[in-house]
Amino acid sequence: MALLEVRDLTVQFRRRGEEPFTAVDGVSFDVDPGQTIGLVGESGCGKSVTSLAIMGLLPRKGNQVTGSVRFEDTELLSLSQSQMRDRRGRDLGMVFQDPLSSLNPVVSIGLQVTEVLERHRGMARKAAMVEATELLDKVGIPDPGRRLSEYPHQLSGGMRQRALIAMALACRPRLLIADEPTTALDVTIQAQILALLKELVTDTGTALIMITHDLGVVAGLCDEVNVLYGGRVVERAARHELFAEPRHPYTHGLLASIPRLDAPRGEKLVPIKGSVADNIPWDGACAFAPRCPNALDTCTQVTPEQESLANRLLRCHNPVEVTA
Amino acid sequence: MSEPLVSVEDVKVHFPIKRGVVLDRTIGYVYAVDGVSLTIQRGETYGLVGESGCGKSTLGRGMLRLVEPTGGRVVFDGTDLSALRGENLRRMRRRMQMVFQDPLSSLDPRQSVESILVEGMRAHELDKGREETGKQLRELLSAVGLPSTALRKYPHEFSGGQRQRIGIARALAVKPDLIIADEPVSALDVSVQAQVVNLLEDLQEQFGLTYLVIAHDLAVVRHISDRVGVMYLGGLVEEAGSDELYAEPLHPYTKALLSAVPVPDPLVEDRRERILLTGDLPSPAAPPTGCRFHTRCPWRQAERCDTERPVLREILGGHRVACHFAEEIRDGKIRPHEVEPVLVHPDEVLIAPDAG
Ligand SMILES: Nc1ncnc2c1ncn2[C@@H]1O[C@H](COP(=O)(O)OP(=O)(O)OP(=O)(O)O)[C@@H](O)[C@H]1O
Ligand SMILES: Nc1ncnc2c1ncn2[C@@H]1O[C@H](COP(=O)(O)OP(=O)(O)OP(=O)(O)O)[C@@H](O)[C@H]1O
Ligand code: SF4
Ligand SMILES: [Mg+2]
Ligand SMILES: [Mg+2]
Repeated sequence: MALLEVRDLTVQFRRRGEEPFTAVDGVSFDVDPGQTIGLVGESGCGKSVTSLAIMGLLPRKGNQVTGSVRFEDTELLSLSQSQMRDRRGRDLGMVFQDPLSSLNPVVSIGLQVTEVLERHRGMARKAAMVEATELLDKVGIPDPGRRLSEYPHQLSGGMRQRALIAMALACRPRLLIADEPTTALDVTIQAQILALLKELVTDTGTALIMITHDLGVVAGLCDEVNVLYGGRVVERAARHELFAEPRHPYTHGLLASIPRLDAPRGEKLVPIKGSVADNIPWDGACAFAPRCPNALDTCTQVTPEQESLANRLLRCHNPVEVTA
Repeated sequence: MSEPLVSVEDVKVHFPIKRGVVLDRTIGYVYAVDGVSLTIQRGETYGLVGESGCGKSTLGRGMLRLVEPTGGRVVFDGTDLSALRGENLRRMRRRMQMVFQDPLSSLDPRQSVESILVEGMRAHELDKGREETGKQLRELLSAVGLPSTALRKYPHEFSGGQRQRIGIARALAVKPDLIIADEPVSALDVSVQAQVVNLLEDLQEQFGLTYLVIAHDLAVVRHISDRVGVMYLGGLVEEAGSDELYAEPLHPYTKALLSAVPVPDPLVEDRRERILLTGDLPSPAAPPTGCRFHTRCPWRQAERCDTERPVLREILGGHRVACHFAEEIRDGKIRPHEVEPVLVHPDEVLIAPDAG
């Protein structure tokens, strides 16, 4: 059995006087220990809402979460708020895009890390201080002993992200969700943080859900990749298979539209037409149809079901042909 | 080579850092741009890359005198901009337009697209009667790929990519020679970026435009640029033709930067050797002595690196590098080594000698 099993996860936002809006629409995937699973897709496709639903961090009101999120033997969706808070301190860790908004600005870095250690691992203050110094050192913060007494604003963006990772690690989580952890960072700092996350997964066997819109990050990091579009998984495959042979027209289009650092210059990029604003509802159609170069008449009449196809999941009436 | 369209000569932009109750005491400076020289040829695309805070936007703004350079000069089509005042400067500015990263915040939400576009034309006396202007507007919209029904709409009614098209149309409306595009695609969805990149390329061909493209996405810059300049902490550290730079980066910082960019191909990623830099970018208000990169440089030598600022010098035809040991590094005579990360305080300020 997988460490985490997400089944048919659906999140609807309801606002009075408005049609309910389905941000996540029947998403299913598994995560094994030591495995890195990628969730990719463009802005608004439901990546963050998926992760917040798993972590029990959605706002209390105005939404409805259905489906199932099993962590080992526990159904997380049926836990109470306080049980969930406890879980987040023990088994589940999360790292967000913007470290400044998830660190407390008026509490020193040291105190923030030691608090986690005292609360969730029952350590005494002294021991917690020692452990905190070690954690900061482990995530590559120079001169960690001195850093303990500093405040978040005194650190650079990269160092703050490391501090946040140190806090997530303080609980020794077995599952870490990283939501665009490097998007706000420069590329040389991104390389440092990605190397750190990779090391973590290999050394501790922590399972990692990596959320990103950067296909380059996915290519280097994730064992298996879920491509999301309009709240649904449209394609899922192991890393090498997905990039060697993208079958969903959206995945295929994304890869054709990004310039590559190592490709010959002078070739025109092939964009996907339109934008997500052109999406149509999944009910009785494929949401991507208005932008899809492969669209058939059925695509605006019948919802494509998720089908498995030689080690791959696909939701498409007319997938891209396999070359070769 | 013919006379360049733009020539930037030792340009500096230093922002004073004020402290004290009435903020009248200058305690130091942000050395945002600190002695940059480059030229941009007519019809070419010059790409400027470098990490956050290295001074790319400030250089672009300084070129247009949207911020006043503290030193050096910018020559545009034979005219020294720093000597221009009032009406003459305004006239010259028509020929240099800017396209910004975030189209929504650079477009007035209360103005219709038509009024946004006509405003610039009017300011430069380019609207010649209703009929002629109407024709120009329709041509402009079709050039940037928007329907003519867009004229009566407002910015919020468009998607991000469409808004960027409006921003580009606004720049084009006054018939400029040079467009400075500051992160033109970085706020857009991946699937939409390619549309705007292709549009910029098409327009360049159609109107014979010259571009300065500022971006932190190295793959986008490589794709679109003929030549690329790499900035680090206010200075240009390397400049070369786009292909040459990516094929053989010579400056240690460029090497590290290029090796850090993830490539969307697992086969490449699995075999790649990264040059991981340690530590952070130092504060631009307290730049390191000597070579500004010496605190993070894996090739740093005991001599010269921390005392003498390397000048940008031509090593091969059209390939300029600011590193004392560029040849030795290229020829493998000196090898990279481990670097101890040093503490960096993001707001560190080098106290100015004249501060009271
Ligand atoms: N609290 C909320 N109330 C109402 N709608 C919401 C809420 N949070 C998110 N949404 C909507 O749900 C959809 C999915 O949002 P989500 O944040 O998961 O996107 P994302 O894939 O993480 O995008 P990005 O790449 O921009 O972070 C969006 O259309 C968003 O506007
Ligand atoms: N008006 C200003 N007053 C004071 N400091 C400024 C001002 N504008 C920019 N700076 C500082 O100058 C330095 C260079 O900034 P600039 O915006 O040019 O960098 P950039 O390379 O464009 O970065 P980014 O990639 O983040 O856009 C930064 O340290 C910035 O904080
Ligand atoms: S001058 Fe020295 S420190 Fe600077 S890049 Fe060259 S080797 Fe590195
Ligand atoms: Mg998100
Ligand atoms: Mg900038």
